[in-house]
Amino acid sequence: MAEFEPVLTARWGDPEAVSIDGYLGTGGYQGLKRALGMAPTDVIEEVKSSGLRGRGGAGFPTGTKWSFIPQDTGKPIYVVANFDESEPGTFNNRELIERDPHQFLEGLIICAYAVNCHTAFIYTRGEFVWPGTLLDRAVAEAYDRGYLGKRVGDSVFQLDVVVHRGAGAYICGEETALLNSLEGLRGQPRLRPPFPAVEGLYASPTVINNVETLSCVPHILDRGAHWFASIGTEKSTGPGIFSVSGKVERPGNYEAPMGTTARELIEERAGGVRDGKKLKAFTPGGSSTPFLTADHLDVQMGFDEVAAAGSLLGTKAMIVLDERDCVVDATLRFTQFYAHESCGKCTPCREGTWWMTRVLGRMERGIGRKEDIDLMKEVGQNMLFKSFCALADGAVSPIDSSIKFFREEYEDHVRLGRCPLKESSPELAAATDRSGGTTGGTAQFLPEGLEIQLGEVLG
Amino acid sequence: MTEPGQLERPVWQTGQIGGETRVVVPDVEGPVLSEEARGLAERIAARYPRRRSALVPLLYLVQAEAGWVPRQGMREVAEILGITTAEVEAVATFYTMLKLHPSGKYVLSVCTNPSCALLGGKRLYERAKEILGDQSEHVTEDGLFTLEEEECLAACDKAPVLAVNYVFYDKVSEEQLGEMISEIREGRVPEASRGGVPGDLRQVSRTLAGLNDRAGIDQPHDETRAASGARAGPGEPAGSGLREGPAERRDAQAASGARGGAAERRDEGDQPNGPSGAEESPRSEEPPGVRAEDG
Repeated sequence: MAEFEPVLTARWGDPEAVSIDGYLGTGGYQGLKRALGMAPTDVIEEVKSSGLRGRGGAGFPTGTKWSFIPQDTGKPIYVVANFDESEPGTFNNRELIERDPHQFLEGLIICAYAVNCHTAFIYTRGEFVWPGTLLDRAVAEAYDRGYLGKRVGDSVFQLDVVVHRGAGAYICGEETALLNSLEGLRGQPRLRPPFPAVEGLYASPTVINNVETLSCVPHILDRGAHWFASIGTEKSTGPGIFSVSGKVERPGNYEAPMGTTARELIEERAGGVRDGKKLKAFTPGGSSTPFLTADHLDVQMGFDEVAAAGSLLGTKAMIVLDERDCVVDATLRFTQFYAHESCGKCTPCREGTWWMTRVLGRMERGIGRKEDIDLMKEVGQNMLFKSFCALADGAVSPIDSSIKFFREEYEDHVRLGRCPLKESSPELAAATDRSGGTTGGTAQFLPEGLEIQLGEVLG
Repeated sequence: MTEPGQLERPVWQTGQIGGETRVVVPDVEGPVLSEEARGLAERIAARYPRRRSALVPLLYLVQAEAGWVPRQGMREVAEILGITTAEVEAVATFYTMLKLHPSGKYVLSVCTNPSCALLGGKRLYERAKEILGDQSEHVTEDGLFTLEEEECLAACDKAPVLAVNYVFYDKVSEEQLGEMISEIREGRVPEASRGGVPGDLRQVSRTLAGLNDRAGIDQPHDETRAASGARAGPGEPAGSGLREGPAERRDAQAASGARGGAAERRDEGDQPNGPSGAEESPRSEEPPGVRAEDG
């Protein structure tokens, strides 16, 4: 393979790239210029033939998504950029905006042009005070230079962009919950169909795209679909930014062709596992994707390749655990995350995530039972694919996969009556207990009968 | 309002694990929103095709005025948007960044998700709680801090991450945490790894309401696009929740290599809001008319 030249991160070394002058000085807004000279349907075709697939987790073909927008409903068409990046382990959208906001904005404008939208929204994660400020500036600059407003790039195309901030809810990254949130409702997912392309924001046709997805678009228009498709694998084209974190020497965002092996990303780009330890497990795409292990390091990080290995590419966020890290503890923390972030709409998710924290909590504290392992698998089966959105499915991923690969570690917790990877102490037990609101208060929430068994274990 | 003692207080479940609750008792005497703020509210609402979309921004505006979101603020937002207070409450209770009880001036969020936890995030949180005390999960006695165990802040490459009013500090050690807290107590908020010095919760809430947005704020939404291109006028109050750190401190930090992120941060000396964003709000420290009921 030819030497890969960074595309999305090409300007990251240049502090000037944050400003519109810096961006224009390095070829910025050329993709938009080309797009404005084309018919909107041709722009969609170009993006379609590039093979670009959504980077927000689902991997849906972007051009196809745009082509679903009906043009004859008489309703306005909206584009919403999803900058609510909150999937644990994922941090490339934040850095894309912090270092090169106009690249994203250009992609957003091209998208709006392609689908005939005149009002676009950027749903920004509330916690991103600083990236949001940079985004505000970029939007203001784009207005000043005529890339937004009445005559975009001296054409007759009009576009206004509104930066909207969320208020701290992971679920609002789910597209229909995001739309509800943007409409001033609780951020709870909607039943589909109707899909947002038909009835999205204000029941109007709506495109929702991730920040990284839109950041790819200017390059496709500027350098051509063929060039884009020549990067990566056949079904996962283009470059991608991989967020590597946890126990690696150099955590960070690394751009590489889609389909680069996990080994190259973890061992070469991120410098390998910290302190020369062995890799135990990693998530290929954030906490919602099943763990993979050292046996999977040669898996190519493309949509289909990771799926074939039994996981999901998700948001390309690789959280690395080394041999000293307790998988049960990490899974517990992930599950606490889902229990906290479950919007409460669907019973399997609301109840399931909460009960999972109870069971995992007692497991980690060394008061779990052997049957708990199968209990968790069973609860997982009752959560999978039974809710409006994929939050519950994501919550099951770390639990199921950790049991699959590390069942012995769970059994050790039961057998030893403590976490085998940590020294047992009451302080530690108290510190890791977030389940009852009070320390050590497991028994009070257990169903009738369980206290007795627990007493036996403890006794 | 029901007189105290007449009915049981409402206890609002907020999705916290294990039955943790926030008790929303203290309210304030209205109005929460000043005339100026009401003007801003109208302008924010005008940005959206439908006014209700401005609900969360307006609740941030309430938080910018009162330091938290009292029920009186919700009533006023309901009135502005033409919806019921119940509808506003339903939304306000959903989001963790809207503080439904008097909150510290500085919300300290420590990420304890695995990427951070693997590198000491959990210990950092425990340390913060040790320094600030258990009540800091609501608000410390001096009214300065509210401590939160935060979900992933999307900065895992800088783990463990801590945020002051949602502005991030990278790779914070327990020692640095202690120093930060001392500095804030002395009235000097340390400079964040990126983005300057965070203001207090009111100032940051103003930013979150969308009030440092020069582009959008003065553009009433209009499907005919007639109004585009307008900008915030000179009367637009500088509402940035971020201020530039004093240059000398920044330099000193960079020189001493303190706080990992300082060396790699870009020069952010070109904030369009200029130095006016740097001033503390002249408002009184107390939220207007906090009713003295016990929590």
